[in-house]
Amino acid sequence: MTFTIPIDNGDAVKIAEAESQRTLYPYVTGTSIVAIKYKDGVLMASDMGGSYGSTLRYKNIERMQAIGKHSLLGASGEISDFQEILRYLDELTLNDNMWDDGNSLGPKEIHNYLTRVMYNRRNKFNPLWNTLVLGGVKNGKSYLGMVSMIGVSFEDDHVATGFGNHLARPILRDEWHADMSFEDGVKLLEKCMRVLLYRDRSAINKLQIAKITEEGVTVSQPYSLKTFWEFSSFHNPTAGAEGSW
Amino acid sequence: KKKKERSLNRVFFFFFFLLNIFLLFFKLEELHHEIDSTNFCMFLIFLFSSNNSLVSRLLLLLKISQKSALLSRRKREEEDEEEEAKMFRNQYDTDVTTWSPTGRLFQVEYAMEAVKQGSAAIGLRSRSHVVLACVNKAQSELSSHQRKIFKVDDHIGVAIAGLTADGRVLSRYMRSESINHSFTYESPLPVGRLVVHLADKAQVCTQRSWKRPYGVGLLVGGLDESGAHLYYNCPSGNYFEYQAFAIGSRSQAAKTYLERRFESFGDSSREDLIKDAILAVRETLQGETLKSSLCTVSILGVDEPFHFLDQEAIQKVIDTFEKVPEEDEGEGEADEGEAEAAAAAPAEQGGGAGAGDQDVAPMEM
Repeated sequence: MTFTIPIDNGDAVKIAEAESQRTLYPYVTGTSIVAIKYKDGVLMASDMGGSYGSTLRYKNIERMQAIGKHSLLGASGEISDFQEILRYLDELTLNDNMWDDGNSLGPKEIHNYLTRVMYNRRNKFNPLWNTLVLGGVKNGKSYLGMVSMIGVSFEDDHVATGFGNHLARPILRDEWHADMSFEDGVKLLEKCMRVLLYRDRSAINKLQIAKITEEGVTVSQPYSLKTFWEFSSFHNPTAGAEGSW
Repeated sequence: KKKKERSLNRVFFFFFFLLNIFLLFFKLEELHHEIDSTNFCMFLIFLFSSNNSLVSRLLLLLKISQKSALLSRRKREEEDEEEEAKMFRNQYDTDVTTWSPTGRLFQVEYAMEAVKQGSAAIGLRSRSHVVLACVNKAQSELSSHQRKIFKVDDHIGVAIAGLTADGRVLSRYMRSESINHSFTYESPLPVGRLVVHLADKAQVCTQRSWKRPYGVGLLVGGLDESGAHLYYNCPSGNYFEYQAFAIGSRSQAAKTYLERRFESFGDSSREDLIKDAILAVRETLQGETLKSSLCTVSILGVDEPFHFLDQEAIQKVIDTFEKVPEEDEGEGEADEGEAEAAAAAPAEQGGGAGAGDQDVAPMEM
């Protein structure tokens, strides 16, 4: 730990404050988000769990929120940082509404704003520990993009965060096609979420699906997926190795 | 019976006459009410006095005297106000933060005078395009002409009139606002919001004792989600949206021309808009032959980033209306005649003062 001589007393206070307030690790985290573009807009799915380390502590966290008139934000990672981001966006959209001049911030603008915020925080070594998914529709054009905690941002037809990158995206690469109907899109997302539920230890069986179209945002009521545990190899798991569990 | 009628008549007559006089004296401030009440009384008197010509003559006299009294009083009031204003103008115009007794900030008004001294700048817009044009003026034959139109962004341009140094500083501010917005949001700054930022900046200078108002008027043309817009920013911190506008010296001639034609601008084609702009510039030149070297024209549109038109393109447009002397000369003469008449009045104030000032203030263009 380097010892810096403060120039005046104010500096010492600032340095002390700076050290204690940097984000070092996340505490309450949300797991993956999966999102796809479909015919009328964007569909996004997330579960409602907040893990405290390895404990599945909170089971009613909404990790997707509508932003302004045209966008939907989903976040994985530290929940408190997500709430902070929502506060920033709330201020942003409030000021935008106050202009009251017929111009409004679309999903592209909000995506770029978030990219700037995340990248600037990362530069100060105090990141917001989230991976954000931003989807929206404006003037008939759908938009779907992602920003990571270090400020990496891009747009794509389908995105996923966290474990979803590894488990869901291969499914989406195979089975996604342009102009999917709403039912097909939901089925595809449920397929991805089911895989995540089986294989991701921090996923819980309570999910929401949100859709955003030109008309606006609707977030569904939470529901659970049907799972199947009657595979034969689950019946006697220690058949091959007596004494183990 | 007739005698009774007559005396009754007279009673009525005197009653209304007195009422009239009373109203005249007690409602001196409310001119509007006065006219109404006296007209009402006269109407009643006419109702009641059918044969009496003496009454009608008296009434006529009364009416005439009232009207002349009103007029003379109004004139005197106006003169008084002007004299007052002139007397007070020099006392209350040292500081921008000093109000005059009539509720004006003279420094701000003097700043707007500076705008009128600059050479003309003209803007007009259709639903999808905005054209900004200005008259090229050079300090001397040896120097190049002043730049009065600036690109702020691909979708915003500004034309200035007045102190060009102030204009340059403000366009730099606009450019940085525009770029910052583009960087944060990856999307163009709506021109309506930029104009409000500018106006707020100008207002600050009207409320600090250690500052002075910007002496430049800005015609800002740009795009928005709802299409093309043209705004005028005043040194006073006000901004207005226009279909077409002209600022600077001899701009009244251009404004007259634009007032005649502005209703058709909304649906004008791009080429017609450019032609109208150049014709408006011609109006401000007042007799000087229009050459492409004398004017600068710029255009921006929904699918067209801001750019200047080159000399050849401008000359081509000039040729289209200067080419046919028989047809256009008739129109042209009529236009010039009107323009001269309209410009004669402001020219006395603008041109005379301008000629005097130009020796003294080289920074104003």
